[in-house]
Amino acid sequence: MEIVDINQIGPDLVIFFAWHFITINATIVYTWLIMAILVIGSILITRNLSTGLTMSRWQNLLEVIVGTIRSEIQEIVGDKADRYFSFIGTLFLFILMSNVLTFVPGYVAPTSSLTTTSALAILVFFAVPMYGITKQGLIEYLKEYFRPNVIFFPFHVMGELSRTLSLAVRLFGNIMSHEKVIAILLAVTPLFFPVAMQALGLLIGILQAYIFVVLTMVYIAAATQSHEGAEHKHKGHH
Amino acid sequence: MDSVSIVALTSIITAGICMAIGSIGPALGQGRAVHGALSSIAQQPDERNSLTRTLFVGLAMMESIAIYCFVISMILVFANPFWTYVIKKAGG
Repeated sequence: MEIVDINQIGPDLVIFFAWHFITINATIVYTWLIMAILVIGSILITRNLSTGLTMSRWQNLLEVIVGTIRSEIQEIVGDKADRYFSFIGTLFLFILMSNVLTFVPGYVAPTSSLTTTSALAILVFFAVPMYGITKQGLIEYLKEYFRPNVIFFPFHVMGELSRTLSLAVRLFGNIMSHEKVIAILLAVTPLFFPVAMQALGLLIGILQAYIFVVLTMVYIAAATQSHEGAEHKHKGHH
Repeated sequence: MDSVSIVALTSIITAGICMAIGSIGPALGQGRAVHGALSSIAQQPDERNSLTRTLFVGLAMMESIAIYCFVISMILVFANPFWTYVIKKAGG
């Protein structure tokens, strides 16, 4: 079942409910669905945690997820992982959930709409300076923009904007193109090939979630550490 | 030729050319990247995990260039702003 027409880009134009100026489209509904799954699932699992040797299988699942994300953050940011864990973990789980659920019939990934991915990229756009400022202080953070000298200021600003755009368009383009490929294949070779492409789509979805999060971590690492590295080198010379 | 068919013709041809040329560069780049990663893995199989992770991130970043072209050609074919403008002009 395809609820998005083949000549629509993204699920924004599929409207479920409209009342005056409030329109509830498919993107919002499926975003709410994913939020509900994540929140209710986490509440149900963490309601009775055990610290002993025996634990429920769901707690084991959650511990594996949390442990893996934390060790990844530790490896890339190279800092105390707990400060970034809530933001990066939430981003990863949301994108992963929304990409992986695409094998459910009737579901359209909210990440195949440019609005969702732009919202996520804008979150990253504001979070990176925030982490940088809390780590280094406002003056030290702003000095980064004038390194190595003043001429580079516009390029730094341009880089911030263009990487936000590329984060948004990369996720959107990958997921949307995949849905279009499946829709076209359904029209051409109905039975077997779309299933194989859906299996490939799971891989692409997981990979894109991972890449979004890794790039976010790299940006955060650059915003929080570059000055420390420079200072360290400076000390080394003396 | 009237302006409607000129816009349609240009959009379709441009979408095709955009996709065709835009996928050449990323394809060559990805080939080089996989080549480098494979020979590194062959030399140092112990480092396979970190090499694979870096390879995938790099591949996805190269892929995104082709994806930009794809998005532009999708916009040209399905959500063309010039097309709606021309249609509106022709209609009223």
